[in-house]
Parts: sequence; structure tokens; C-alpha cells
Amino acid sequence: MTSADKSSLADYIRPVLAESHVTGTAFLGAAAAFALGDGTVILATGETVSRINVHNGSAILVAASDGKRIVTGGDDGRVVATSATGRTEEIGKTANGAWVDAVATGPDGAVAWSAGKKVHVRDGKGALYALDLPSSGRGLAFGAKGFQLYIARYNGVSIWFPRTQGTPKELSWKGSHIDVTASNDGRFVVSTMQENEMHGWRLADSGNMRMSGYPSKVRSMSWSFDGKWLASSGADAAIVWPFVTKDGPMGKPPLELGIRPSRVERVAFHPKAPVLAVGYRDGCVLFIRTDDESILQARPVSDGGPISSLAWNADGMMLAFGTEEGAAGVLTLPKL
Amino acid sequence: MSDKIPVTVLTGYLGAGKTTLLNRILSEEHGKRYAVIVNEFGEIGIDNELVVGADEEVFEMNNGCICCTVRGDLIRIIEGLMKRKGKFDAIIVETTGLADPAPVAQTFFVDEEVQENARLDAVVTVADAKWLTERLKDAPEAKNQIAFADVILLNKTDLVTPAELDEVEARIRGLNPYARVIRTVKSQVPLSEVLDRGSFDLERILEIEPAFLETAGGHDHHHHGHDHHEHGPDCGCDHDHDHGHAHGGLKHYHDEHIQSLAFSIPGDVVPEKFLDWVQDIAQSDGQNLLRWKGILAFQDEPQRYVFQGVHMILDGDLQREWKPDEKRESKIVFIGKDLDRERLKAGFEATAA
Repeated sequence: MTSADKSSLADYIRPVLAESHVTGTAFLGAAAAFALGDGTVILATGETVSRINVHNGSAILVAASDGKRIVTGGDDGRVVATSATGRTEEIGKTANGAWVDAVATGPDGAVAWSAGKKVHVRDGKGALYALDLPSSGRGLAFGAKGFQLYIARYNGVSIWFPRTQGTPKELSWKGSHIDVTASNDGRFVVSTMQENEMHGWRLADSGNMRMSGYPSKVRSMSWSFDGKWLASSGADAAIVWPFVTKDGPMGKPPLELGIRPSRVERVAFHPKAPVLAVGYRDGCVLFIRTDDESILQARPVSDGGPISSLAWNADGMMLAFGTEEGAAGVLTLPKL
Repeated sequence: MSDKIPVTVLTGYLGAGKTTLLNRILSEEHGKRYAVIVNEFGEIGIDNELVVGADEEVFEMNNGCICCTVRGDLIRIIEGLMKRKGKFDAIIVETTGLADPAPVAQTFFVDEEVQENARLDAVVTVADAKWLTERLKDAPEAKNQIAFADVILLNKTDLVTPAELDEVEARIRGLNPYARVIRTVKSQVPLSEVLDRGSFDLERILEIEPAFLETAGGHDHHHHGHDHHEHGPDCGCDHDHDHGHAHGGLKHYHDEHIQSLAFSIPGDVVPEKFLDWVQDIAQSDGQNLLRWKGILAFQDEPQRYVFQGVHMILDGDLQREWKPDEKRESKIVFIGKDLDRERLKAGFEATAA
């Protein structure tokens, strides 16, 4: 965009000096939280920016948030929750300080984490559950209904019900599964894979869906607010799969939104509107409507490296972003 | 290429002296910061935040290539280390004594994100001078580790006689004539000889005298069916013993299965022909090829093309310009099992410009 363009959204960005790899970002009410590779969490409101030493100089490897707290897992083997006021609570610790490979937040303050072949869940009341896996748990996600955890691993996804005895339900597909998400209605489970593709399971009839053709690994997935679309990174456009019908995306082509000569690194759907935030390798962030595919530039190509994190606040008026090389900021959409 | 973090893979059979070397790397003043990925946390007596435990999870890539295995845990750990970029200069990956080095090496070629951030610098194998000869007979892993190596520390040389030492080095040379062998006691070696070698070791292959290359692969031993037969001065075989002087009088061993082959073309190759041929043999011979490397003069290309491969996986790049006083030539070496020398030679020569 040119400087003559008065409507440039970039003018509404408030920069945040993260100065370290932004592992994750989330809004805790009005505060934007940034979990960083130097082990700190930055809390930024309109007025103040504070930096909290959460992991004592160890790197934050993974982060997740339920909107109340940001939960971080570090290479110190600790899982810590940080609230909007900056209060920290250690949720758990791995055996021998093993790196935390994944974290997820669930209903009523529940937190899950994995380290190697062990997965732990701590529910909101503090009850602890543990599960041994046949291979490392790479990605975790709680289901929207019931108390269940999806675990991406080698050769499939496990669905674990921590409060019930018995073995997890297994969804199998050959290959290394890195991350996992499930549709809100629980009918579809989708994983990202080492082999540059996504794999979906339709639980009703155990149908398999291969979502392939990506030039790179898919590192980011996001559901639209109405659950009808699943956006993904890993190509030179956001690849958005239709889940409009009960069959899911089978036999339907995805939308390719925001084709640019740069790889899409992160995607984040707006919480209330059919708008997708797309973060690229060159630092650019675009807003793209899924209905008419119109595009607004939120952040121009910038220094600071690839976009590594994107998050909307609850009402969708603010977007927080961070990059691999420590640039970050909060964009507040102008009121019309 | 230069801003990629160099990775040294450290292999060696149980008890050879890997841990001693790692402890030295972690404790000595050398002005470099190493992130070390180890298998047994307890073995390293040093508390260092850059020491990471791994679980050697070998995954098959679901891409129809059966020998395309990678270390899933390594991909995850390197991804994590990148969040600490700038806090360390190099990465060392220790493998267990029984591990096949291939999945580790392949991880650095197969995973795109790992490849963007890190490059395989060298495979360093620590070998026990006293026991290696025995292990080569009863442990296929030990043989693989020697065949795979770019640098071999022949360790515990104080525990054997000079004659035994020559014997074991000859055994090593029989499997892998291209690795640099450094004789050590208690893994005492200047670390610069082992770590961050850059393209140095690849360069070295080209500097090996043609006569040496000839000796290494030049004789046709296919008619010999027996195991570990020896070609010492008294072996009675009818080949040319003049070559013996070229390697300091070492005995000359050949393994029944693992061979090394080297071919050269005194000039350019046609890039399209060469790359097609390389892809073809990756498919046809990849399972049997442990390591293969080459430096090529591409027709009409001022820069040298350098590549290395592990089984079916190849990684190559244009590297630097040929120097004015440098002779443009194309060389390739293979270390592998049951290789068809004549077919590989003819295939390579057919790519000549």
C-alpha cells in the first residue's frame, strides 16, 4: 500500500517489542499475550506492556489459551498458566525435565500436555490423568463436547476420554501426524502430517479424507465461526476446505485464498464473520473474505521474518500477531 | 548455505568413547556453544541447558519409498531449538550404539523445515581400536557406522599394539576408504578436526590420489566368494602390490558386501543427463547405497555442483566457482552393499559432455 492510502490498516497497528521468537499469541480479555522463545510472556493492553519471566530463561516451545489464561510449555519441562493480571501457576512438570511437545486448553480450565510418549490432563478441579502412548504425542486438541482429548501421533490419532477407564479410541492412518483438530459438532477429526498433507476422518462411517497437494507441511489450521470451513497453511495461498455438507470436503475442491509469491504460515478465522486472517512467510498479513474473496492488507511485507502466530480477540475487533524473529503487534480495527 | 546451523552426527558402537568425546565438547573452552541431542541423559555428567534428551523414534515416510525413514523426535527437537536461534552455534546428535545412522542423516535431507535451518556437516564415528575388528564380524550396526562415516576416531589406541592398530585401520579402510581416520587415546582430538568441517571433508575426497581410488575399487573381486579375505603381501593374489605403498603398507581388506567405488570423468558432464541418471540409480540402487557423494563440473556452468546422498535421498547444490587454476573434472564415490561396479561406471561415464 502507498502512503497516500489513508485507509491503510497498518496505521492501526500498535507494535510490541517481543525481540524473541513468538511461539504463540492469544487475547486474555483486553490484554494481548505473547509467549516467547526467551521464556517470557508479554501482556500488552492499550496502556501498558509488561513482560513476565515465566520459564526462567528456558524457551517456550508451545502455547495454547482458553481466553482466560495462556498456557505455555517449555524446554524446562514445565507447563505454566499465566493470567491477564500476570499471575502465573505451574500446572504440571514432565519427568526428568523432558521438553513439552504440545499443550491444549479444554473446558472448565482443563489443560493437556505431552512429552514424549506421555500425555497428561489436569482438569479445572486439579484432578490429574495420565496416558502412555505407543509413540510420541505431537499435537493435542480437546473436543468441543464431552471431556475428550484428540492426540496426533505416528500412524494416527487417539481419542482419549481421561475420566473413563479403558483404552483410547484409535483412528489410524499410516504416517506421522503432527497436529489435530476436530469440528465443533465432533463429526470430523483432521490431522496435519509430516508428508505435506492433511488427513480427515469422518467418525460416523469411519470415512477417510485425504487433503493433499501442499508444497510444505501444514502448520496451522483454523475453523470458521460457523464450522463450515477449515483453513490451512502450507501453500502460497490459504487452503480452505468446505465442511458445509455432512460429507465434509470429499470430492469438493478447496478455496485458495490470497495467492501470493510467499508461503502461508498461519491462518486464523474471525470469531464472528466469514473473514480469514492469513500470515505469510514474508511478514505480510491479509484479511480475506471467504464469500466474495475480497482482500484487505492488514500488515505489509515487513522485517522480522515469517509470521509465527496470529490470534483474534473475542469480539473480532483486534488481531495480535508475532513473527519468528521477534516482531509483534496488535491491530485494532477502526470503528466505522 | 552458510547461515544454516551445522549438525554433526556422532555414532559409534557401545563403549567406543562417544560419551567421553561429548563430555569434552561440553566442558572444554572452545568458544563455541553446542546444542547436544543425547539418548541417555544420565551418561552426560554435565548439567547444560542445551543438552536435550531424545527417544530415537524412527518413522517411515508415507511416500512409497521404503527406505525413507526419518527421526521424528529429531524433527521436533530441531524445531524447538530454532526458537532459541542465536543461542548456540552448532548441533551435535548422538545416536545409540546400536543405531543405524541412515534415519538421522536422512532427517536433514527429507524434512523441509529442518533443511531450511540446519545442514548435515559430518557423520563422525568413534571406533574402539581393541574391539572393532570383533564387532565388524558380529555386529552389522558397527559395520554400517564405519561405512557411513565422514570422520572416524580410531580410539583407545593405547590398548593395542602398533601392528594391531594397523590391522584395524586396514579393516576400516576396507569398508570406507574415504573417511578421515584420526587415531586417538581417550577421544583426545582437536575438536576442530571433528566439528564444523564444512565442505572440507567432501573436498578431501577429490584430493585422494587417483591411484588410491583405483586401488580402492579398481580390482574385480567378484570372483572371491569367501568372507574377509586378505590381500596382504603374502596373500598370493595376483594383483599389483605396488599400490600397497600408497597407503603406508596397510593390509588390504575387502568386505564381502560393503564396497566403495569411485569414478571420475576428466571434464564436464551434461547436467540433465547426470541428474536423470542420479535419480534413476536412487530408485534402482538406493536401498543398497549407504553414502554417495560427488563434485561435478556441469557443462556451461562456472560453479561446481556438489551433492551427497543417503540411500534414495539426495541433496545437491551449486557451490562455488571453479578456480582458474583448477582442473574441471567430475568425480563421484559410492559406499554401499553389493554394488554393480560396471553398470554404475558405465552409467556415470555416459553422462560425460
